[in-house]
Amino acid sequence: MNNSVRNTARLIGAGLRALLVLTVVCGVIYPLVVTGVAQAAFPDRANGSEVRSHGKVVGSSLLGQRYDKGTDKQGNPIPDLRFFQPRPSAGLGSNRANGVNTQYDLQVSGASNLGASNTDLLKAVRERKKWVAETYGVPESKVPADAVTSSGSGLDPDISPAYAQLQAARVAKENHLPATTVRRLVTRHTDGRTLGFLGEPRVNVLELNVALRDLARGQGEKG
Amino acid sequence: MSPVLAGVLQLTALVAALALAYRPLGDHMAAVYSSPRHLRAEKILYRCIGANPDAQMRWPAYLRGVLAFSAVGVLFLYLLQRLQGGLPLSLGFASISPDQAFNTAASFVANTNWQSYSGEQAMGHVVQTVGLAVQNFVSAATGMAVAIALVRGFARSRTGELGNFWSDLVRGTIRVLIPISVIGAVVLVACGAIQNFSGIHEVGQFLNGPGLGGHQQTNGGAVATQEVIKELGTNGGGYFNANSAHPFENPDAFTNLFEIFLILVIPFALTRTFGKLVGNVRQGYAVLATMGVIWLGFTALMMWTEFAHGGPALQAAGAAMEGKETRFGVGASSIFSVATTLTSTGAVDSFHSSFTAFGGGLQLLGMMLGEIAPGGVGSGLYGMLIMAVIAVFIAGLMVGRTPEYLGKKIGTREIKLAACYILVTPTLVLGFTAASMVLPDALGSMLNTKALGAGSHGFSEVLYAFTSGANNNGSAFAGLNANTPWYNTTIGLAMLLGRFLPMVFVLALAGSLAEQKPIPETAGTLRTEKPLFAGLLVGTILIITGLTYFPALALGPLAEGLS
Repeated sequence: MNNSVRNTARLIGAGLRALLVLTVVCGVIYPLVVTGVAQAAFPDRANGSEVRSHGKVVGSSLLGQRYDKGTDKQGNPIPDLRFFQPRPSAGLGSNRANGVNTQYDLQVSGASNLGASNTDLLKAVRERKKWVAETYGVPESKVPADAVTSSGSGLDPDISPAYAQLQAARVAKENHLPATTVRRLVTRHTDGRTLGFLGEPRVNVLELNVALRDLARGQGEKG
Repeated sequence: MSPVLAGVLQLTALVAALALAYRPLGDHMAAVYSSPRHLRAEKILYRCIGANPDAQMRWPAYLRGVLAFSAVGVLFLYLLQRLQGGLPLSLGFASISPDQAFNTAASFVANTNWQSYSGEQAMGHVVQTVGLAVQNFVSAATGMAVAIALVRGFARSRTGELGNFWSDLVRGTIRVLIPISVIGAVVLVACGAIQNFSGIHEVGQFLNGPGLGGHQQTNGGAVATQEVIKELGTNGGGYFNANSAHPFENPDAFTNLFEIFLILVIPFALTRTFGKLVGNVRQGYAVLATMGVIWLGFTALMMWTEFAHGGPALQAAGAAMEGKETRFGVGASSIFSVATTLTSTGAVDSFHSSFTAFGGGLQLLGMMLGEIAPGGVGSGLYGMLIMAVIAVFIAGLMVGRTPEYLGKKIGTREIKLAACYILVTPTLVLGFTAASMVLPDALGSMLNTKALGAGSHGFSEVLYAFTSGANNNGSAFAGLNANTPWYNTTIGLAMLLGRFLPMVFVLALAGSLAEQKPIPETAGTLRTEKPLFAGLLVGTILIITGLTYFPALALGPLAEGLS
């Protein structure tokens, strides 16, 4: 009896020492070495790919954000149509599925998790589709899927080229710019598939809006 | 190029990359686990542990090593979370509640990485990097060690010795997982994954004005280093709540494919290691073919159902983009979701609850197969070898011959152990799901009960949670609010029992095989390296799983898909 207690204690001791030395290797040395390399070789990337406009940080090129004028009386955001709008975002803890652009809170990443047969999701998709069609003056059949569904992260930085082109005319009007100029701007900011076949074509909303604001202020790229 | 074609090309590129890595990595691992030499760094580690790496262990001793190391791991991780409030570098996060801390500790030690917490809102640098990420390494190395012990059981004769657990644990970590992780983490950072130790800080926003903020708070963290081992070790626990859908974890379409590659590379390459160690690489190819057929079949079906986007909400939207990122799209998300559920990973780049009903069924079925195609690191190989033992037994019954596999007799003791192995997870999954269906508290956690088809999606959420836990996957139909004492405790138990009970049977089987003397091959021996056997193995796997889980699947995804 005494012997087996002693053996168990010895075994647990070995397990604890193994855990501690491997913690030093995998939990201290490994992350610190990689952080050192990363900070030396790719400081911008390692620190969140910040985007600057006229010297000021305006966000991260990897994270979506919202472009609102403020909120209405119920606390729902009112989209600022001078700028391109991102995908709907029903991030963690959001019970509001109406309209577009309700979350983009950087610290509550997540998806709606609503199933394909969920009636709330069906209702939200229909409402969003109606809103996009009315706002941008296109038939509902032309509204792309990414405009009416929320992403996996709730922080999707991109929209599809179709959704960006669909917004171009209204955005141009709000900014008193020719529609063709804004359409060309969208085309210039459209990224194809990586290496021609990886992922899907996309438009980074923040980078597009930075270029758009410069253009509207007469400081940007000429169409 | 159409999205479907792009999806097929991505799958092709993935297969090519895995094929290129297969031989070098498989041979490297065979050398790692059979070399008599120790690296200098390893000798230092053995001295600290106080273990003699050359002492051979019989199966009970090997098992005691596994269990002692894992028990200490659970306790350490539990205490680290309970004490978080007082630890430095914890970003001001409070200590984790007892039931959630137990759940999370069990989850990471069992290589599951089920998360009932939200990373960016609960876990500071110390718990993430020193606690969770370390278990990502060592739980993976433990799985590989057990698989290698079983392979040694087939390869060795007239001995009961299965190797040394401490040596296998240390070598798997130092010579396999760490080198690939260092390279992989640098690649991820180069593409945009973050790697820093800044706390919660303000970041500027595009619009500035009253009511608009102009600033938002965001988390820093050692994300790339954790991301790479989370995929490579088939762990799956995300730094952020959105897991690999979060752009800081998975910034672009290239990293997405790279992460899928990391998930699959060790489980597939281990079949080469197996072939080398039993002295016939063609035996490894037969196992590889079985895994490959199931994996490709599931991926093809998943892409088909997701591109077809069945279900009223997805039909209204025009594509299955709910819960999916623009930069990945439907094709790459489908490939990821199959890779993560056919291994024990559970990382997600798109949210499984919002897949089509049939797609959700495929994810469930992938886990129910026992995650053996190619499965978790180590656990995939030993799970598949157990299935091979069963298939050999069935073939033996058909022709009335004593079954044998790799020159070892599959007798009463062996088949009993294999049968116990395959009964563990179904018992846990179906038992706990049934219990949750009659408890009012458990029922209240379902998000999708208002769905068309009256609750079948809600039932799928619960079934998915226990399937994911008991099979050590860790992905979720996240509509379920699992952070309740009932789910934290029961899923925690399912994860621990689902991980360690099968290991008991695997190691006992390995011990009994290693004691046998080899049977010479005769004309009547079943040729287990031939396509016929691979076909039999695929059939065995599908039939056993089908019969076990079909009634439960019929109540969940099938009912939803047909309504």
